[in-house]
Amino acid sequence: MNRARIRTVGELRSLRADLQAVPKPERLVSVSTASCGRASGALAVAEALAGEIRRRGLEKSVELRLTGCHGLCQLEPDLVIFPGKIFYPNLSPEKVPLLVEETLIHGRMVPELAFRESAGRKVLPTLNDLPFLKKQLRWLLDRHLTLDPDSLESYLEHGGFLALEKVLSGPSPEEVINLVLSSGLRGRGGAGFPTGLKWRLAREARSEEKYLICNGDEGDPGAYMDRGLLESNPFSIIEGMIIGGYAVGAARGFIYIRQEYPLAIERVKASLEKTRAVGLLGDNILGSGFSFDLELVRGAGAFVSGEETALIASIEGRRAFPRQRPPFPVVRGLWGRPTVINNVETWVNVPLIIQKGSGWFSGVGTAGSKGTKIFSLVGKVRSTGLVEVPFGLTLGEMIEEVGGGPEPGQKIKAVQTGGPSGGCLPASLFNLPLDYESLQAAGSIMGSGGMIVIDEATCLVDLVLYFLRFARDESCGQCAPCRLGTARLVRILEKITGGQGNPEDLDRLEKVSRTMQEASLCGLGRTAANPALSVLRYFRAELEKHVLDRECPAGVCRGLVSYRIDKDRCTACLLCLESCPAEAIAVAEDGYPRIDQNLCTRCGACLAACPPGISALKKLNRKEAESVEKSGEK
Amino acid sequence: MKSTNNLVEKLETILATLPEERRHLILFLHRVQQEIGYVPEEALSRAADYFSVSPAEVYGLVTFYSAFRLKPGCRHQVTVCQGTACHVRGAPELTAEFSRLLGVRPGQDDPERDVALRTVNCLGCCALAPVVVVDGEYQGQVQTDRVPEIVKKLIGNK
Ligand SMILES: Cc1cc2nc3c(=O)[nH]c(=O)nc-3n(C[C@H](O)[C@H](O)[C@H](O)COP(=O)(O)O)c2cc1C
Ligand code: FES
Repeated sequence: MNRARIRTVGELRSLRADLQAVPKPERLVSVSTASCGRASGALAVAEALAGEIRRRGLEKSVELRLTGCHGLCQLEPDLVIFPGKIFYPNLSPEKVPLLVEETLIHGRMVPELAFRESAGRKVLPTLNDLPFLKKQLRWLLDRHLTLDPDSLESYLEHGGFLALEKVLSGPSPEEVINLVLSSGLRGRGGAGFPTGLKWRLAREARSEEKYLICNGDEGDPGAYMDRGLLESNPFSIIEGMIIGGYAVGAARGFIYIRQEYPLAIERVKASLEKTRAVGLLGDNILGSGFSFDLELVRGAGAFVSGEETALIASIEGRRAFPRQRPPFPVVRGLWGRPTVINNVETWVNVPLIIQKGSGWFSGVGTAGSKGTKIFSLVGKVRSTGLVEVPFGLTLGEMIEEVGGGPEPGQKIKAVQTGGPSGGCLPASLFNLPLDYESLQAAGSIMGSGGMIVIDEATCLVDLVLYFLRFARDESCGQCAPCRLGTARLVRILEKITGGQGNPEDLDRLEKVSRTMQEASLCGLGRTAANPALSVLRYFRAELEKHVLDRECPAGVCRGLVSYRIDKDRCTACLLCLESCPAEAIAVAEDGYPRIDQNLCTRCGACLAACPPGISALKKLNRKEAESVEKSGEK
Repeated sequence: MKSTNNLVEKLETILATLPEERRHLILFLHRVQQEIGYVPEEALSRAADYFSVSPAEVYGLVTFYSAFRLKPGCRHQVTVCQGTACHVRGAPELTAEFSRLLGVRPGQDDPERDVALRTVNCLGCCALAPVVVVDGEYQGQVQTDRVPEIVKKLIGNK
């Protein structure tokens, strides 16, 4: 839609009022169509819905809206019908006609399609019934249920740019900064630095030009809070940054998004154009005399580019090499000028604080951590997805109540927070409240909100090895402690998981880790050993089992398991033989297949190939294998 | 194969939309990668010239960032996510199975069958772990037993 420029606060208000006054269809059907929804087939469901709505002549009474991420990623494709928030999970195009007939035409819920915690349990027909949402406080995420991320009008209708309007028609930049400061907002990108303070430092820095950056690099592998926001509510990021520009005295800003998020890039790009077209970006915004514009920068694939000084180098067109701080970017940032760099989620909180007040915001949370935080809750829990909770919720509440506890038959042993810079916390610490200080004191970090639940089937030594390989591969290589330290830790851990570890290796792990913490140039190296240190601290027994007993309790580490064929169960179907990529299985004289342990690479393909009813293939840990060998079976 | 003239033309068309400031260099490489499928040598030297940096600097960028490649890609591409959520839900086994059935190591190309196996650190769909992208199409919760079917659909029985 081509809209005329909005030149004054008055024009903005009347446009918003007009949009809000437009009569709404009787029902709104909201389909979650962010990347995760699309990956599960949400667009096909939406297409089927659109067709069926047309076929049944419901265009006037029903509006179909493709929204961003509802956060219930595991239940996608899902939809919510307003009013009433009737919720249908795991849809497919075949289910659409029934749903349209019953719910959209007759206003009845369809029990067969509604959500149940498991087969046979009672139906939970509306969104509000979901246990997953009970402990959440979704200030940011709830908007994703009804907002059309592609539409500036939809954003306005939801109260968009109210905060900007407020800022440009009264308070001084200093007053805006004070408001943000007193709200207690801290950076959501990991370090938790007070946002208002960062802004004040940049405001006070003397320079003709200043810049803002939105850090949408989201490098933590296994976390996607920022993707959710970028794809679902791009205009709020833009609004937050315009407000930031006014407060800091910057006329230009950059939104940096990692290239692995094509939909986010597309959405933000389109949103910038739409905002500019109506004059909310550009010269003399709303006739205030304040000018500000934003540019999108696409990342190019490097974890370290999420570090602020590296990100700045990347925008400048260089390799993403971090540099020594101080000077901090608020003093010397982009092209040497004072630069405020904040995380996506930090920016999204800004309009909310301006609109609702700092007291409202700081009324939620703990002494040092205010407001809500989005986490991506993934791994071995029943319910995974994007969750938003008030700071101070305990880890246990998060895992047991939001996440619904362990998968059937499993036991949760740890939770990993903060990604490659964070640590693994044991179940005995699940009464810890989620806030910056508590997690840090326990040896992990809040990070940007990655939360990976780990059960007994996951080996922590293997997980630490995974993180260190990641850090080794992503280290920029400038400083020796990080470059050599990560490589060294990987070697030690490979030795341990390969069954060659000895007790001194544990001391070596610790020593190298401490050196990296103290001597590395940037945050990557200084925190890369955190996963290792946390496992040394809380899961030493699991490490020692690998080293002293040559056993991997989870049965994950290849060097410590072996596969055997139980002749008593085997039917000589030879599926295992066909599946073996290493050609380590051959038919022995007795006609049964046998594994040559010297050729076997422990990939587990044979185990997967052995028919479930037969289950002749067994995965054994070292001790079990030894006792089998002693008893004479080869 | 593209003729040299064609290539030069393409590079010039891309450059014509970009100011000479160095900060547009990465964007230039993105566009080249997108249009041509890789960053050919001509693009390196032309970019160095246009943005007034040394060819070594441009080469440094191309090798530093994982988005760029110096060699032509394959028509088919399977990308297996190696992010943490995917790792704890079986990405290593899944990668091994793709590798076995495609006959290429992760990160490698098979020019003969025109298929490449790639890895990526998280696609942001972690709740659907393990995630695989097959020729641009995202697929969630892929178990190893689905691999043969995916591979067959992709490259037939070649
Ligand atoms: C290795 C490394 C990677 C980082 N990656 C990110 C990232 O992906 N996103 C992010 O917002 N911050 C990341 N940070 C933190 C940034 O350096 C910076 O603190 C943050 O963007 C500041 O914004 P905030 O105050 O709003 O959190 C990273 C830091 C390090 C050391
Ligand atoms: S870890 Fe695989 S999509 Fe995030």
